[in-house]
Amino acid sequence: MSFSAQFRPPSPVIAEAEPALEHSPLRRAIGFCRRQPLGTFGMAIVLMIAVAGLGAEWIAPYSPTANDFGAMTEAPGWAHLFGTDQLGRDIFSRIIYGARTALVVGFSSALVGGAAGLVLGVASAYFGGAIDLIVQRVLDVMMAFPLIIMALAIVAIFGTGVHNVIVAITIPLIPRCARVVRASALPLREIPYVDAARACGFGHSRIILRHMVPNVMGPFLIMLTAFVGQAILAEASLSYLGLGVQEPTPAWGLMLQGGAEEYASTAPWIAVFPGLAIMLTVFGFNLFGDALRDALDPKLRDR
Amino acid sequence: MYRYIVKRVLLVIPTLLGAAMLVFVLMRMIPGDVCVIRLGGGGARFDARAVAACHAQLGLDQPVWRQFLHFVWGFCHLDFGTSMWSGKPVAYEIGTRLPISVEIALMAAVVAILISVPLGTISALKQNTWIDLIVRTLAIAGTATPSFWLGILTILAVLDLSQAFTGTPWMPPIDYVPLWQDPLRNLSVVILPAITVGYRYAAVSMRMTRSTMIEVMREDYIRTARAKGLLRRIIINRHALKNALLPVVTLLGIEFAFLIGGLVVTEQVFNLNGIGRLFVLAVQNQDYTLTQALVMLVVVVFVLTNLVVDLLYAWLDPRIRFA
Repeated sequence: MSFSAQFRPPSPVIAEAEPALEHSPLRRAIGFCRRQPLGTFGMAIVLMIAVAGLGAEWIAPYSPTANDFGAMTEAPGWAHLFGTDQLGRDIFSRIIYGARTALVVGFSSALVGGAAGLVLGVASAYFGGAIDLIVQRVLDVMMAFPLIIMALAIVAIFGTGVHNVIVAITIPLIPRCARVVRASALPLREIPYVDAARACGFGHSRIILRHMVPNVMGPFLIMLTAFVGQAILAEASLSYLGLGVQEPTPAWGLMLQGGAEEYASTAPWIAVFPGLAIMLTVFGFNLFGDALRDALDPKLRDR
Repeated sequence: MYRYIVKRVLLVIPTLLGAAMLVFVLMRMIPGDVCVIRLGGGGARFDARAVAACHAQLGLDQPVWRQFLHFVWGFCHLDFGTSMWSGKPVAYEIGTRLPISVEIALMAAVVAILISVPLGTISALKQNTWIDLIVRTLAIAGTATPSFWLGILTILAVLDLSQAFTGTPWMPPIDYVPLWQDPLRNLSVVILPAITVGYRYAAVSMRMTRSTMIEVMREDYIRTARAKGLLRRIIINRHALKNALLPVVTLLGIEFAFLIGGLVVTEQVFNLNGIGRLFVLAVQNQDYTLTQALVMLVVVVFVLTNLVVDLLYAWLDPRIRFA
């Protein structure tokens, strides 16, 4: 029998262990939910959309591309929960599958753009001097392009489709992330452990990735949730303009493009539900991100 | 102050040059030869002479540095070349569509300020009450609502309401008439898109107004003002709002870019022939001369707006002026 199994800690030690229990992930999650009801609501929406996107095959009652020409522009009812569009496609099923498109574009753009911005921002702060100056000026130039304008210019070059849309949204996110990350990384450079790491003879990439990046994770994660929302909104806008995801891929913005305006007065559900899906999803990510910021920033806790 | 102004104005030059370079490089990253795409778009046969003529027309037969200088020089005296799609000068294409977009943008900004400043202030003063909750929800919903969807819903509401009240459905007209010619018709074209774009713009500044107002109301000088028995109205208007609105001014400037982005989709919804719609058409028709001119135009507007905001900020806040 090992020593640890034999050893039974006396009661005072258990009493001391209790505060540690308060920091368990579950307790912290419960605490977060209690303090941030709106954030919890946002998290619930995000989870719901994630489940819809991941399990689209099992949840959607119809195929998103199947036409039922006997039931075109049918009002919402038991057969078609959100009604059908002008081509007889089930809107509920298209929204469920559309969640997948939105999440794929949202997460890939936010993660890739965020990661690139993270490394660029921390590296810029770490090296300082001329490198920092040049990187900052380049970022300034990139920031002069509004997101949707830059995305449209990139689509003009590479063309439409899911992959190109991801590229088009990722690139304008990089400078936005790098800016914020650099600002939080600047004070880190002066902290002794970075000096210590340098004194140990570690390489630049090791210091940046292992010692500095983990310390800017807080603001980075908050920004990431906002980025996912922004990317979903940008994808919807591009698809609505006919310059994003193309038919027959189900996408929320695309659903609003074709018949939504034309049938606005006779079949308003074609326009209402996909827009509601976009709004709810971005709303969820925004609420969650806000709550995360409030929870991580002690100055904002009592607001 | 003068030093700051000169420094800040000079900073605009490298940013604009950099942006021009980026646009120039982006437009030359188009896979394949632009002329071949243009001439052989429909799978038609084309001969080498036509391609060479097209190259000469677009200046693609010259060295790259010369092309870039030509591009920048053209911009400096408003010569953007001819549109590859319509054959008309780009300056003409933009010029005819500029007034409506500018009017919508300015009106949206006015709508946004009229909504956001009072609501943000009330929300801050009535913190954690039901009014606050409603304003905050409105604000977060505003940042999450796609402006094109809001536009569609607005059209839907106008159609239904006019049907209910007058018996015949009414749609806002789409042909633009200048304000001084027919104010009523002008407003009926512009007001709905302005509200649609303005709501999103308002949502962001509403949140900012609320949070800075909360911060300012906790400052010592507000307590002093209260202690000396000033009226609440005076404290809020003269002491608190003046200070709380500084960051809001900056935000409004930065968000102006979003407003331009919002125009791109909103003009599409309301079928208005403005700059945003022209941009979408340019991209759809692979009209690179028009696309690069429009991108540069947006960048110039954005950079100049930021310049104005920064100078305004310096003028309002002595800490920056004398730093």
